[in-house]
Amino acid sequence: MLKTSPFHSRTAPLVRAQTWRRWAGYQMASAYDPHPDREYASIRNAAALLDVSPLYKYRLTGRDASRLLDRMITRDMTKLAVKQVYYTPWCDAAGKVIDDGTVSRLSETDYRLTSADSSLRWLHMNAAGMEVGIEDVSERLGALSLQGPLARAILEQISPADFGTLKYFRLVETTIRGLPVTISRTGYTGDLGYEIWVEPPEAGALWDALIEAGRPYGITPAGVWALDIARIEAGLIMLDVDYFSSHHALIEARKSSPYEINLGWAVSAAKGPFNGRRALAAERARGPAWGFVGLEVDWSSFERLFAAHHLPPQLSSIAWRSSAPVYQSGGQAGAQVGYATSGCWSPLLKKSLALAHLSAPHFAPGTAVELEITVEHRRERARATVCKLPFFDPERKKA
Amino acid sequence: MSAPRYDAIVVGGGHNGLIAAAYLARAGRRTLVLERRPMVGGATVTEEIFPGFKFSVFSYVVSLLRPEIIRDLDLPRHGLQILPLESTITPLDNGDYLGSWADPDETRRELCRHSPRDADATVLFGRLMHHMAMAVKPILGMVPPDPASLAPSNLAGLLELGGHFRSLGAERFHALHKLMTMASADYLDEWFEFGPLKATKSASGIIGTFLGPRSPGSAYVLLHHYMGEIDGAFRAWGFQKGGTGGISETIARAARSFGAEIRTSAAVERVTLRGNQVTGVALASGEEIAADLVVSALDPRLTFTRLVDPKALPDDLVEGVRRYKFRGSSGKVNLALSGLPDFTCLPGPGPHLRGAISISPSIEYLERAYDDAKYGEFSRQPYMDIVIPSMIDPGMAPPGRHVMSIFVQYAPYHLNGGWTDAKREAFGDTVVKTLARYAPNIESLILHRQVLTPADIERITGLSEGNIFQGELALQQLFFLRPVPKWARYRTPIRGYWQCGAGTHPGGGIMGASGRLAAREILGARR
Repeated sequence: MLKTSPFHSRTAPLVRAQTWRRWAGYQMASAYDPHPDREYASIRNAAALLDVSPLYKYRLTGRDASRLLDRMITRDMTKLAVKQVYYTPWCDAAGKVIDDGTVSRLSETDYRLTSADSSLRWLHMNAAGMEVGIEDVSERLGALSLQGPLARAILEQISPADFGTLKYFRLVETTIRGLPVTISRTGYTGDLGYEIWVEPPEAGALWDALIEAGRPYGITPAGVWALDIARIEAGLIMLDVDYFSSHHALIEARKSSPYEINLGWAVSAAKGPFNGRRALAAERARGPAWGFVGLEVDWSSFERLFAAHHLPPQLSSIAWRSSAPVYQSGGQAGAQVGYATSGCWSPLLKKSLALAHLSAPHFAPGTAVELEITVEHRRERARATVCKLPFFDPERKKA
Repeated sequence: MSAPRYDAIVVGGGHNGLIAAAYLARAGRRTLVLERRPMVGGATVTEEIFPGFKFSVFSYVVSLLRPEIIRDLDLPRHGLQILPLESTITPLDNGDYLGSWADPDETRRELCRHSPRDADATVLFGRLMHHMAMAVKPILGMVPPDPASLAPSNLAGLLELGGHFRSLGAERFHALHKLMTMASADYLDEWFEFGPLKATKSASGIIGTFLGPRSPGSAYVLLHHYMGEIDGAFRAWGFQKGGTGGISETIARAARSFGAEIRTSAAVERVTLRGNQVTGVALASGEEIAADLVVSALDPRLTFTRLVDPKALPDDLVEGVRRYKFRGSSGKVNLALSGLPDFTCLPGPGPHLRGAISISPSIEYLERAYDDAKYGEFSRQPYMDIVIPSMIDPGMAPPGRHVMSIFVQYAPYHLNGGWTDAKREAFGDTVVKTLARYAPNIESLILHRQVLTPADIERITGLSEGNIFQGELALQQLFFLRPVPKWARYRTPIRGYWQCGAGTHPGGGIMGASGRLAAREILGARR
């Protein structure tokens, strides 16, 4: 039996087409409406309300909490201010990524870590000899993500916090209609947005308050299908879809370093000892073997492949999450230079997008490649161009 | 004399003028757009007529904006954001409704409630219309060849067209011929039995024309609807964030990014000529601006009889323009509302308020609405296509409040006794009263009402006789006949003078195809 989230009593009646999926052992909505278009549109147009409770959450307290995290993650914990949030990967000793998530500094000695996968054992292993409390609070904390250009306007109706001064990747402990919550200006959509953390007994009331205050602003409950398109547009990577945890990879080839999944920016070159430091320094020096980049599919080439069968191009309103070979440009003779791991039709950018792993030197922006697609049961190659991520980066995200 | 500052001047900053300008600028031509009104857009504008409420004053949905334009001009980067418009409901006189939803299973189940036979027929009809639309679609991207001309440039186009139609096969070619000649109601009678379904489908065949659903020629216009569905893959159908004015502003930003200059509140009085060569334009202010190339985005009447002296043109062209039919037949009512309308057939708020609401309960209803117009009156019970944009983009009205856009047909330009303020208000009253039959609370919600008759549309936008397509989309004035025979390829008899508005092939709607094709012809022409 799958677990249900603290918001289940509110979300379940809304899942009209019974389009459920599993996410970290939870039963979660793929979409609420039979058609996910409007849920996606609300992320870019108004405000979407997403239940992200299945994230793993840990509370780390005590004198050495910061030291533990500093040993674990690739970013420099000594620079994380109180009420600030980091997005960061963490690696094994070989510099291969185990998982990625956020670290929030709630107070001097109180931290919250979120991760896609269970991290309890890894935390304990790294905490050897340290004075730190490690608590799995995954089931003691519900989380809602309010994402979209009107997210702030909605929160301002129901919370006394000053959202004008709450900067990107900062958090505030406050209330929503009197319910104690933590609100961080974070998200997985690349848009203006917030994540709201609440204790389960208060979850239903929080949902109701947001829906009620958000109605005049077009608030729309949205499922994972909508989120998936937004996160691809935002160039945000997903564990078990775009890369494998080095702890789970059955073969070496499935492991990636932060540099190979476009997270090199999150590796501190200056900080003290941490897991993977030596390996990552060496990789930085020689340059990574792989790059993780965006691909924009060339429309006319795409259209031609369908026109050959007298068909208009077929586009799905759901993102794909299966591996597709990427070839060097040059027709059927081109050698394979990598693979795409997820992609979608972007209703906003009016482009077919993909996230891809390409071997050096093929990941330079502007490189022409070919992406394998299936048209009328046949494997075809559509022209595509390598581009830098994110595909979509609106000013309002950080403004 | 110093060289002109501009290579090209576009007269009229509607979407087609802006698109033509963007393409010209992209090709390196120093291009100036001159727009009479204080904002760009023509009939594609958003205006805050009542404080806090934004109206898509005239055109209200994006239908057929060409995907190649979206890509060529990189419109998403400049602000294009088309939001889904997913459903249509038709309230019925017996208190029930007919709905069409985003999900095909829901739509099918809904139709089964009224006619299981029609639910099946819809699938087969949809497939036929898909093929018909695929057959006609290439024509939208083609400069019309003249079948009566054997000039090499024409011949190539004709051969392409001939080959294209031969490839359809006999069955589809015959179906296309029927579609081209029949009345939409008769055509739909061959397929369906449920009246409100036929009426709602046929309504898309009468929009913007002075035809009723039983008038021959109206079936063809149905196709345009399905063309939108093919491009549905590209999702070019829907509601632009910020209203349709957002489209014009997006195109204007794209044009500027390529170097075009756009001047608003700059009314062009006439095009200046030396002999048979364009030399520039003269503004109403008296200012003259020189350029060897002038592109008119205005309708054919203004292009050939107002901007230039018709005496400078061949008689058959002037006569053709005189015969070209405008006959505006539709009006618009925009409402600022304090809350949401409550439809008797679907009480309370619900997903139906995020889509279109079609007042088209039966073919007879629509035909009677046309009868009134035939004899010079506005319809006592008009056809209406209603959307509530604030349900899709909350930014269109203050939180909790709403704007409603009501497209109304028929409202003849040539009204008996002419349009007066009193007639306009009577027309507005008729629209609200008709709507109140289905949503009784509507009158109590109205904070502000803007009523636009064809006379108002002409006065504000300049569109002759208030025709929203710069001339009827009727078969006798489409393709190589639009606007007039021999001058359907964006050229005019005057050297350096071109046309690019919806009065040229392939016509109206926020499609942009004529602006693009005109620019392509201009850039391909020997200078």
